[in-house]
Amino acid sequence: MAHYLGIDVGSVSTNLVIIDENGKLEEAIYIRTQGQPIRAVQEGLRMLQSKNGKWDIRGVGTTGSGRQLAAVIAGADVVKNEITAHAVAALKEIPDVQTVIEIGGQDSKIIILRDGVVTDFAMNTVCAAGTGSFLDQQANRLGIPIEEFGAYALRSKNPVRIAGRCAVFAESDMIHKQQLGYKVEDIIRGLCQALVRNYLNNVGKGKEILPRVVFQGGVAANVGMKAAFEEALGMEVYVPKYYNVMGAIGAALLAKEAGVKKTKFRGFQASDIEFTADSFECQGCPNHCEVVNIRMEGKVIARWGDRCNRWKVIEN
Amino acid sequence: MRKVSFPYLGNAIITFKKLMNAFGNEVVLPKRPTEETLSLGTKYAPEFACLPFKIVLGTYIEALESGADTLVSTGGVGPCRAGLYTTLHEKILKSLGYDFEMITLEPPGRHLRELISSIKKLVNRRLTFADYYRIGRFVWKELQLLDKAEKLSHKVRPLEVKKGETTRVYKRCTELIAQAKSYKDLEEIEREIELLFEKIEKKDYDPLKIGIVGEIYVVIEPAANLEIEEMLGDLGVYAERSMFLASYTFYNAIMDLFRMPGERDVKKLAAPYFKEMCGGHGRESVGNAILFAKRGFDGVIQLSPFTCIPEIVAKSILPKVCAKYDIGFLPVTLDEQTGKEGLRTRVEAFVDLLAAKRRKKHKIVKGDVAYGTLLGN
Repeated sequence: MAHYLGIDVGSVSTNLVIIDENGKLEEAIYIRTQGQPIRAVQEGLRMLQSKNGKWDIRGVGTTGSGRQLAAVIAGADVVKNEITAHAVAALKEIPDVQTVIEIGGQDSKIIILRDGVVTDFAMNTVCAAGTGSFLDQQANRLGIPIEEFGAYALRSKNPVRIAGRCAVFAESDMIHKQQLGYKVEDIIRGLCQALVRNYLNNVGKGKEILPRVVFQGGVAANVGMKAAFEEALGMEVYVPKYYNVMGAIGAALLAKEAGVKKTKFRGFQASDIEFTADSFECQGCPNHCEVVNIRMEGKVIARWGDRCNRWKVIEN
Repeated sequence: MRKVSFPYLGNAIITFKKLMNAFGNEVVLPKRPTEETLSLGTKYAPEFACLPFKIVLGTYIEALESGADTLVSTGGVGPCRAGLYTTLHEKILKSLGYDFEMITLEPPGRHLRELISSIKKLVNRRLTFADYYRIGRFVWKELQLLDKAEKLSHKVRPLEVKKGETTRVYKRCTELIAQAKSYKDLEEIEREIELLFEKIEKKDYDPLKIGIVGEIYVVIEPAANLEIEEMLGDLGVYAERSMFLASYTFYNAIMDLFRMPGERDVKKLAAPYFKEMCGGHGRESVGNAILFAKRGFDGVIQLSPFTCIPEIVAKSILPKVCAKYDIGFLPVTLDEQTGKEGLRTRVEAFVDLLAAKRRKKHKIVKGDVAYGTLLGN
C-alpha cells in the first residue's frame, strides 16, 4: 500500500506523521525542536525507521516555519504554508468545520471555512501572548506540570480577572493576584479566560465564528483553554484526536493529493546523512543579508536568506 | 551649483535626476533603502512615526553624508501626517547639525505661488520657454515609460516559463530608460521594451489576479513592502497596484491645478463608505478595492505602514466591502521588521484561498497543484 509522510517543523515542536493512501494515520511522532530543526527532523526520521513499519513512501509534504529546511533534508514533493495544511487536516477529520482555532508554540491563527473552502484567515501579528510558550512559562513559574495546568483551571469556581492584552502585563497581574492570596486554581482559570479574550480580540477580530469549531495545535491539550473557549463562544469546541500533529497530517494529505509520480524522498536513511548549516554576510549591497548555506556532506544543496536571489542554488 | 537630493521612490528617481540636471543642478542620487537606511531613520525618528517617515529620514541622512546641500520633497494636503513630514524631517536633520536647504513642492491647486517660488530656487540656469517645453515633454514621457515597463513586468512574470527572466528583462529596461537623453531616444526605447517583453517565453493560462491598495509609499517602493509584487509574481499571480507615479502626479498636480478632482471614479465608488476624506489614501484604498472587484480580480491586498491612521480607517471598512463584492481580502501591516517569511506564509495562504474559491466557482475538479488548489474539492 502507498504511504505518505508529512513533516511539520514548528518553533517548539517538530511532528512527523505517516498516513496510508486512504488518509488514515498510521504513525505520529511529536518531538521538541529545541532550536535545532535539522537535528529534530533527523531524529524524527530515525524514530520512524526504528518502528520498522513496511511503509512505501510515495510522497512527502512539509509545513511549518521550518518547512524549507525540512524539505531539503527529507526530500519533499510539496512545501506548504501551515495555514493551508491545518485547514486541509481539519477538513479531512471534520468535513463540516467552519472555524479552526489553532494555537501552537509561538503563533496562533484562525481559519474560517465555508462549504469546505477556506474563505478567510488571520495570524497573530503583534505578540505571542497566549501561545504555548507563554503557558509553558507560567506553568513553570507556578510549579505545576504543563500537563495538569488545564485540570487546575477546571477545579476553579471563582476565576480571577487577569489582564490579557500583553504577556508582560498578564504575568505581573498574576503575580499581584498571587501575592494577594488568591487560589492558584482561580488564577489559572482567570489566565485561560484572559488568553481566550486576547485571542478573540486580536486574532479572531471581526471574524464570524460559526460551528463547528475545531481547536487544534499543542495548546488544545489544555482542557482549561478548551473550556474557556466554549464559555466565551457559547458553543461546543471540538478537539480532534491528533490535535497536536494536524499540521503534519495536512502536509501528508497535500502530498497525497499532489499526484506525485516519483517522490524526491531521500528515504529514512536521511537521518544518517550529515547535514550542516552555516551562514555568511553578503557584501553585495548595504542590505548585508545573512545568507544561509545548507550542506549535505559538505556540498551546498540549498541557500536562502538573500533578498535578491543572487545566491540561490537548486539541487540537481 | 546646488547639490540636490530627494527621497527614493522606485524608479522615479531616474527621471527626477534628469529633471534636476536639466535645471542646472548637481544631483546626489539617493540610494535604494536598505536595512542600514532604516536603522538610521529609526534611530532619529519619533518611535511612533510611520515606516515611510523613517525610511525617508534615513535616505536624507545618507544623501547629506554624501554631500547634498539641498533636499527636495513634496508637501501634501489633507489630514495625513505625511504633509507635515518635511517640516519635521528638516527640524530633526538641523538638530543633528546638518547644513542644508529644504525645498517643499506643494500641490499647485492650493499653493501655486509657493510652488513657483520653490521651483525658481531649483532653476539655476537660463531656460527659454522652448526649453521648458522640451524638458516637460521628456520627463512626462519618461515617467510613463517607467510605469509601462513595470506594468508589463507584472503582467508577464506570473506567466514566465523560465523563472527570473522577467526580472532580468525589467532591469534591462530601466537601464535603457536611464540612458535616454532625448524624446526620440524614449520613443525608440519604448519599442524595444515591448519587444523585450514579447520575447519572453510565456505559459498560456489565466492567472489569479490580486489588486494592491494602500498608502502610496509602501505601495510604490518595493524596498518598503518586502518586494510583495515580485513575491506574488513568483507564485504565479498577476498583481496590479492601484498607484503608479505618472498617473498619480497627473491627477494630483496637474488636474489639481485646474481644480479638477483627480481619481473621480475611485472617490465616487468609495462615497457610500466615506462622507469625509480621512486623509492619506484611506478613501482611495476602499474605492480602488471596489474598482478591482468590478474588474473581476480575485482578491485585494492592503498595504499599510504601522500606525497609519487613514489606512486603519480603511482596514476596518475593507472586510465588509470585499465581502459585499465577493473578493478576497488580506491586510498587511508593514513596520521595521524585515522577516519576509511571515509575510510569505500569509501571502501563500491567501493565494491558496483565492485559488480554491475560483475552482469552486468554476467547478473545476482537478486543479493545478502548484497553486494549492487542493482545497474545495
